[in-house]
Amino acid sequence: MKRLFEKHSIAILLFPYILLFSLFIIIPVIAAIFLSFTDFNTLEIPAFQGIDNYIRLFTNDDVFMQHVVPNTIIYAITVGVGGYILSFFLAWTLSQLTKVPRMILAVIIYSPSLTGGVLLSTVWRVVFNGDKSGYLNYFLLQLGIIEQPVLWLQSDKYLLIIMIIVTLWSSMGIGFLAILAGIMNVNEELYEAARIDGVKNRFQEVIHVTIPAAKPQLLFGAVMSIVNTFSASGVGVALSGTNPTPNYAGQLIVTHIEDYGFIRYEMGYAAAVSVILLIIIQMASVGANKLFGSKDE
Amino acid sequence: MKKKRRYSKLHTSGVNPQRFSKGQIKFYIYIIPIAAFMILPIIFITMNAFKPIDEIFAYPPRFFVKTPTFDNFKQLFSVSSETNIPASRYLFNSIITTIAVMVTTLLLSSAAGYILSKKEFKLKKTLLTINNIALMFVAISVAIPRYFVIVYSGLQDNILANIAPLLAMPVGLFLVKQFIDQIPNALVEAAVIDGANDYKILTKLIIPLIKPALATVAILAFQISWNNTEASTLYINQETLKTFAFYMSSLQNKTGNLIAGQGIAAVATLIMFLPNLILFIILQSQVMNTMAHSGLK
Repeated sequence: MKRLFEKHSIAILLFPYILLFSLFIIIPVIAAIFLSFTDFNTLEIPAFQGIDNYIRLFTNDDVFMQHVVPNTIIYAITVGVGGYILSFFLAWTLSQLTKVPRMILAVIIYSPSLTGGVLLSTVWRVVFNGDKSGYLNYFLLQLGIIEQPVLWLQSDKYLLIIMIIVTLWSSMGIGFLAILAGIMNVNEELYEAARIDGVKNRFQEVIHVTIPAAKPQLLFGAVMSIVNTFSASGVGVALSGTNPTPNYAGQLIVTHIEDYGFIRYEMGYAAAVSVILLIIIQMASVGANKLFGSKDE
Repeated sequence: MKKKRRYSKLHTSGVNPQRFSKGQIKFYIYIIPIAAFMILPIIFITMNAFKPIDEIFAYPPRFFVKTPTFDNFKQLFSVSSETNIPASRYLFNSIITTIAVMVTTLLLSSAAGYILSKKEFKLKKTLLTINNIALMFVAISVAIPRYFVIVYSGLQDNILANIAPLLAMPVGLFLVKQFIDQIPNALVEAAVIDGANDYKILTKLIIPLIKPALATVAILAFQISWNNTEASTLYINQETLKTFAFYMSSLQNKTGNLIAGQGIAAVATLIMFLPNLILFIILQSQVMNTMAHSGLK
């Protein structure tokens, strides 16, 4: 018995992780793909109907094409790409400072990412409160910029912008720390060598030395940024308090899935939207790999 | 000594400067306002938590609290006694769940990380690739099939439903494995020659050496579990098994945009936020150490 235990140590040590990984990651992904080809309302057995869900999604779902897709594109580019560039810029700036202020500022910049999910909206509701005693309304009223308090979170004009600001605020998480660590660990000799090769200013240094040398951490940061962007996209519902969001102004793919899946119980259709989301995330990661991946391995 | 000084003149990268110089002022000029923006909402919420009701209602809104009280704290715990389940019950559930998730995730990641880093076997490359793809996994995208996995595995309305879906953490395994890669193989081989089996190597050699990585994974696991509302919303109907994060979000729905609820919501937010922050501050040097090895190739 004991010998058997020792002989199969590889399998025994790997098994628990693989079991849970399969149960909660692999099987759900496969099931989502399967369900996306069916009509399923959770009560009856899923009925196979080919690619009907996808056809309906692309040709017959006005909300998806007119609101969800454009919103998701704007949101993903500003929060994903913009947030990523911002986190590199902030990390690089911090790397230029002495140790103690760097540590303190890093904790401050990182701390909003701890508020993820529910917390995010309670924190920001205070600021964006719709009556005149909300901080932002009060401030703008005092300055005379607006005459009436604005219902920020219920307004289809402002919701998406607010979502972007709030998500950017909370997006300096683990990816930001990885980038900071990557920049801090670039070998000093590389900078000296680059000087000899004619690199003159800090901007050139960042392009020719820092970015190439910190590539692996930058790629990790990019992956985390993609995950964070899509994981946080329920923020519109959290802020406005309704799904669908007012006039679909803050409707993103994730909220569209929840709308169909858990409110209308059209599970097959919601699964088709999930599959599209998984494909988008994969494509984003292929893009990140092209940018930062090393070709030799 | 002289030579060194010449180098430090050449040293233009400015990464990790040893002392403050005028050249750093330009960075402070923009990083301090950004840091202020990051921390301001958190200060708002802290202030609100200690404001008596008339100060929360006050117009014009006051930023600082004048007469701090613990009324909101008392009220938080009395609101819940109306539903017969005290807030402390949710808090207790959250603490138990989070501890279980942290401990189990650490065990699973270090066991699997050790095998995937130091052992050679057929499927190793495939498993690593799958795990790297899964870094991109956005749990919320497959919330629906996950729900069915929970139902069919009989975990519905079981405290385990809060725990099990969070245990296989691709990022956790990835970080631990990267860290174990830094341990020289010779060290492991020497232990084998001394007659240690894999279980002994794992517990006596590997785990003590990878403490920084484990600290990081512990923080991530804490964050995911502590902030998690998915399980309580979707998989658990029994009120006594739900977590504090869920309680908070329902509190928010109940109190909505009403200012009166803001004090209570602020207290709940603080209870959610502070443990995250304290844990990070305690472990931050370990986290930065791990992040230096986070590179993706």
